[in-house]
Amino acid sequence: MNDAVSSQAALNADDERPSIVLLELIHRMKVRDVMTREVCVTDRDSPLRAAQQIMRKQGIGGVPVAEHGRLYGMVSMPDIIRAWEDGYIDDPCRTHMSTRLVVLEEDMPLAFAIRYFGRYSFGRFPVLNREQMLVGILSQRDINRALLRELAGEVKRLESHSGASLPPPAGGIFDMYMLREFPVAKLDFENAGKAANQIRLMLLEKQVEPRVVRRVAVAAYELEMNLCVHSNGGVLSCLVSNGRAEIIARDNGPGIPDIEWACLDGTSTANAWIRSLGFGAGMGLPNVKRVADDFLIESKPGGGTRARVIVQLGVQSDGKPSAPETSARSDT
Amino acid sequence: MTLSDLLAACEATAVVAPDAQVSVSRAYTSDLLSDVMAHAPEESVLITIQNHLNTVAVATLVGCRAILICHGRAIPEEMAAAARSEQVAILTTPINQFEASNRIGSCLTTQGHARVHSVAV
Repeated sequence: MNDAVSSQAALNADDERPSIVLLELIHRMKVRDVMTREVCVTDRDSPLRAAQQIMRKQGIGGVPVAEHGRLYGMVSMPDIIRAWEDGYIDDPCRTHMSTRLVVLEEDMPLAFAIRYFGRYSFGRFPVLNREQMLVGILSQRDINRALLRELAGEVKRLESHSGASLPPPAGGIFDMYMLREFPVAKLDFENAGKAANQIRLMLLEKQVEPRVVRRVAVAAYELEMNLCVHSNGGVLSCLVSNGRAEIIARDNGPGIPDIEWACLDGTSTANAWIRSLGFGAGMGLPNVKRVADDFLIESKPGGGTRARVIVQLGVQSDGKPSAPETSARSDT
Repeated sequence: MTLSDLLAACEATAVVAPDAQVSVSRAYTSDLLSDVMAHAPEESVLITIQNHLNTVAVATLVGCRAILICHGRAIPEEMAAAARSEQVAILTTPINQFEASNRIGSCLTTQGHARVHSVAV
């Protein structure tokens, strides 16, 4: 299996869910971030032999045929082998180059390019800008190098946040440190709620007051369900530090057109099937706001959504019922 | 009231019953899970028709001790398995939510709890 096909497998693996970090990376990175910009080219009138020399010198398997930035074709190793076999290695490139080309555009997400490598057998793709000028070339090696570099950075970032590298907590709420991330897949009702429950159990284990834990759990659950029901999938994270819990839900789309409307009690875009499961009552975000000491949500249609909730673990904030409405309603 | 009292009051069947003597002092009736999240009290029985996995998740998060599924709806195996692992009881009853709320309300009132919450669904 070649390298790009491995990357493709990472996208499509049936047996296990692809890494959210990896998915985020390949959707965030563009072809232009990864491609090789210094492209060795030949022109249409140069002999195939010249293209072969470029390949040998540069250690590459294909050379674009371009003039003044305009791409006319590609000469690849099989073209050269055929030229030697059939005795036309000194013919100009224009007579034997491949002209039916598959090209990438520099604005495309890397995920798109990886699918191209899976779909076609080419080892590299020329990259054009919006003006259709040749601006780079993308090979599987470029992709692997860029992914390794980015993943190394991501791992370093996680390690720097990881509780494992810190001294164990001394016991008080302000000494607690914990960071957990949970991928949440679209419409995966079978697992939805598990992240919130794990967060709840971890906080209970740390001796956080159960009424405060319930507020964190409600926020985490509602945000987790929002990821499950409304997003294309995302990540729910819980950071406990400085005496507070910070729950963040982030996804890559499709975004919320009108956040104010979405935060109103009773408004929902859920369909009938989702409502039949008891969701989509339009209470999710209002519930989150009610239990949060601080709530922030950012979204743009077509883009991602990021929601952040902060709950102070040590103090009961004014006006925030620790177990929402329960105590008030118990006496009625 | 205990789980056994609940079973008798609602002509219910226990599908998952970690402890028949577990005590339930409140009740909440709703089919909207976000509403349950927001309002259901702890140590309660949740009266609902939502016979699926996520009901167990919500009940666990808010501290419900039992889920009473009305209208005799069947309990999917994955729901029962989740309830077993979370130690939440699941009961089914042929009666509807109103009737179940009414009967459980009477029992709790008799026993001095008087803590039934319900919402129109």
